[in-house]
Amino acid sequence: MIPAPVRYHRALSLEDAFEALAEDEAKALAGGQSLVPVLKLRVARPSLVVDIGGLGLRGLTAGEGEVRIGALTTWAELEEAVELRAPGLAAVSECARGIGDLQVRNRGTLGGSLAHADPASDMPAVLLALGARLRLRSRGGERDVPLSQFFVGPFLTVLESGELIVEIVVPVPPPGSGSAYASVEHPASGFALAGVAAFVHPEGETLAATGLGAHPFTLPAGDPREALSSTEIFGDRFAPAEYRRELAAVLAERALSAARKHAREAS
Amino acid sequence: MPETLSLVVNGEPRSLAVEPRTLLVHALRDGLGLTGAHVGCDTSQCGACTVLLDGRAVKSCTLLALQAEGVEVTTIEGLARDGELHPLQRAFVEHHGLQCGFCTPGVILAAADLLSRNPDPDAESIRHALRGNLCRCTGYQPIVESVRAAAREVSS
Repeated sequence: MIPAPVRYHRALSLEDAFEALAEDEAKALAGGQSLVPVLKLRVARPSLVVDIGGLGLRGLTAGEGEVRIGALTTWAELEEAVELRAPGLAAVSECARGIGDLQVRNRGTLGGSLAHADPASDMPAVLLALGARLRLRSRGGERDVPLSQFFVGPFLTVLESGELIVEIVVPVPPPGSGSAYASVEHPASGFALAGVAAFVHPEGETLAATGLGAHPFTLPAGDPREALSSTEIFGDRFAPAEYRRELAAVLAERALSAARKHAREAS
Repeated sequence: MPETLSLVVNGEPRSLAVEPRTLLVHALRDGLGLTGAHVGCDTSQCGACTVLLDGRAVKSCTLLALQAEGVEVTTIEGLARDGELHPLQRAFVEHHGLQCGFCTPGVILAAADLLSRNPDPDAESIRHALRGNLCRCTGYQPIVESVRAAAREVSS
């Protein structure tokens, strides 16, 4: 499979990227692990690919109560990141380790994956539970969007044309917090049939789920089984809605008990 | 319109003209004659096209060739040194780590990435690292044994 003819621009700076992305059918290319497959399937047929892979925007910085993750940080880098060692943030590295495979984790980027917005992508559940926000930049300036307001549908986000995710900002959890992620994967694609992230902190517990609907979402507070019973859930030939609902309830228990364990280790 | 791609392949600087839509695996095979990177599934699942980019295993069917501008690519052809097989290659021969051999270049390069980060991996770490490499003949056990044997040789 070979992508349809396309032009290519290697962005040399963010400004350069914004200028190139002003073209109607232009598409930003980060690591390529989501975009190249859809180019090959010709599901996406941009006129221009703007390669932002060389723009830096990579690595983690901790300070002032938050961890800032460059949009082009790879899954492999998240797996190893010392900035994410606190038990409250443990789910990030734990989840990164389970994404795709070695080759995909070496290339695939956090920002690229979020912008792609696959409804069964793992990491959004973790970042939602942790209350992350995204820093977006365009020619017009910069804005912060909570991840909870970022996804609007399958493969759809609030990103405007010519706008890029530059940073993912995760608040550092208070001492005594713990987090964990549990999922059951489709055996062929590796994507989550259902995935639940749990964040346990002194103020309470937050759960977020993926693979269940149009996009990952935060569960309403309270008993997860009850919350799931009133949630509209997607089903297909691999996993009907009722099966996914049951799976998610079990995974919520598993994620919660692992997160509580992390929290106890922390205190 | 073709563009010029310059990169280092198996230690040698190379330049070639590629279309923007050309995948790295095709640039290596058709442009440079390095047919060790195989096109297996062509859907980013099987890992037969795995090469090292600056030492890290990637699927060359899931990258545009132009994304490899300026990087160092190692294919299976570049693993042996001065006519001596790489310890992984030797271990695969000695421990029956292959039957038909189609997946082998990719498996060995993914294992090379693993050993560069973790010189003494246990069987579970090896299986985790090779999850993106499908083999339809050996059943994986001899592959895991081969990687273990290579790790022992390198660390001894």
